[in-house]
Amino acid sequence: MHYPSRLMEQVVEELSKLPTIGKRTAMRLSLHLLKQQPEQAIALSHAIEQFRTGTQYCEQCHNISDTAVCNICANTMRDHSLLCVVEDVRDVMAIENTAQYKGVYHVLNGLVSPMDGIGPDDLTINSLLQKVQNNQVAEVILALNTTVEGETTSFYVFKRLQHFNVKVTTIARGIAHNDALEYTDELTLGKSIANRINYEYVR
Amino acid sequence: MYLSKLSILQFKNHAEQNFELHPKLNIITGLNGSGKTNILDAIYYLSFCKSYFNTADALNIKRDNDFFVLQGNYHIGEGVENVLCSLKRNQKKTIKRNQKEYERLTEHIGLFPLVMVSPNDIVLLYEGSEERRKFIDSILSQYDKNYLHNLLQYNKTLQQRNALLKFFIENNRFDAISLEVWTETLIKCGNYIYTARVQFMNVFQDLVLGTYSQIANQNDNVTIYYESQLATYTYAQGMANSLQRDRSTGLTTFGIHKDDLIFKIDEQPLKKMASQGQQKTFLLALRLAQYSLLRKHCGRPPLLLLDDIYDKLDTLRVANLLQHVLGDAFGQVFITHTNNSMLITTLQQQAIEYNHITL
Ligand SMILES: [Zn+2]
Repeated sequence: MHYPSRLMEQVVEELSKLPTIGKRTAMRLSLHLLKQQPEQAIALSHAIEQFRTGTQYCEQCHNISDTAVCNICANTMRDHSLLCVVEDVRDVMAIENTAQYKGVYHVLNGLVSPMDGIGPDDLTINSLLQKVQNNQVAEVILALNTTVEGETTSFYVFKRLQHFNVKVTTIARGIAHNDALEYTDELTLGKSIANRINYEYVR
Repeated sequence: MYLSKLSILQFKNHAEQNFELHPKLNIITGLNGSGKTNILDAIYYLSFCKSYFNTADALNIKRDNDFFVLQGNYHIGEGVENVLCSLKRNQKKTIKRNQKEYERLTEHIGLFPLVMVSPNDIVLLYEGSEERRKFIDSILSQYDKNYLHNLLQYNKTLQQRNALLKFFIENNRFDAISLEVWTETLIKCGNYIYTARVQFMNVFQDLVLGTYSQIANQNDNVTIYYESQLATYTYAQGMANSLQRDRSTGLTTFGIHKDDLIFKIDEQPLKKMASQGQQKTFLLALRLAQYSLLRKHCGRPPLLLLDDIYDKLDTLRVANLLQHVLGDAFGQVFITHTNNSMLITTLQQQAIEYNHITL
């Protein structure tokens, strides 16, 4: 393709390196940027630069953070003996949105998947073991996906924690709120019955 | 349940076809290449949202056209259900039931049960064990959602375990716990699948052999064996015994993915020792046994499609087959055939009512 401007070609090239963005879309985005006030594009490039150079992984929980220790880990009101293990930042945000959880997190930044070349050493599992070894943790809550990779990663973490004096739990899987039993899929309903709990009044 | 009306627009070699159908027996005759099988495939498509031949969807559109539409009216009890499948080139296919589009295709599959008997079934005898496992898996998955779940988990875990074994070889290292977590999932899911297959085969074997002798009209000494490494070793033992071999080959060598069905006649391999007629009769018996299980689980007789009924069968066996499938245990039947005079004579001799479609 011949571009009238080498600078434009550069922008299209860079944009189209992003996932799901093809050459055509990259072209449309660059034309859009050209039509906006220059400040708009400068604000965007500034935001990207700051994001990329300013953020880091929290040294305690490995979540994305602007500071060496993130807001959640720095909060002394939270229960630091309760540790919720999640795959990535999206799960932290989802659980935080429930406003039900007062413990802290441990972000693995991935799941074990040999097919994708990801082993336990590529995740933050050693740092998790370190925390447990230092007796900082009373309970580890495994909150990973129910995919084969999620379940296997939970299993792996559980096996590594088995010999320590720490309680290991996993989030309950069950029937969605306001769902009628007859419309619940068979697998979920079956598991909910197998893993039933003692009755207490649930709001 | 029966299909009372079928209309086909620009599907495979057919431009436009509209048929009023008989609730019990429909005979489709025509020369080779006239598209008899494609009519059956249209009916198959309405039940499974895909072609029997698993072709890419766009290839089902008639050449030089942009879309196809299939429509069927099904009588179930007192009611009539309308099913419409359509596909426009480069677009997602649409399946509607009573003018309402489904959110997911899986909601539709299973509502209009159907069994197809095709000359293509010969792959069950001649191809590798994967075809035979696929055959029993497709039957079991239809009525045991837990089986399907365990099977999908098993297959994914198997791929992951093999990838890890290869990684160990390439990097010359080993980590027992990393491997164990995959192994234990294989054992858990594999045990469920093995138990289900054993129970299934106990019932299925008798059904197949019973059907075989009805159609063959003679007592050939035909047998089916379910072959599994699990018959000799428990899962945990087997996995432990094969660990060294797995580590050197980079493959999981023990498990239900090695299972097979063994077909024999007079204790010899059926595909070597049986005549073509005996082989075909055996394949028919497999499909008809599948039919009777499906009927039991759906509570209503599925549609039965018999493609090319005289393929490798003599007149006597065809007569036995007809008598069998026209009985009360069966519902609506569709039969294709090239030479109509032979079949029609048989039907007229027995004063059987039917609808005749000539292409
Ligand atoms: Zn943190």
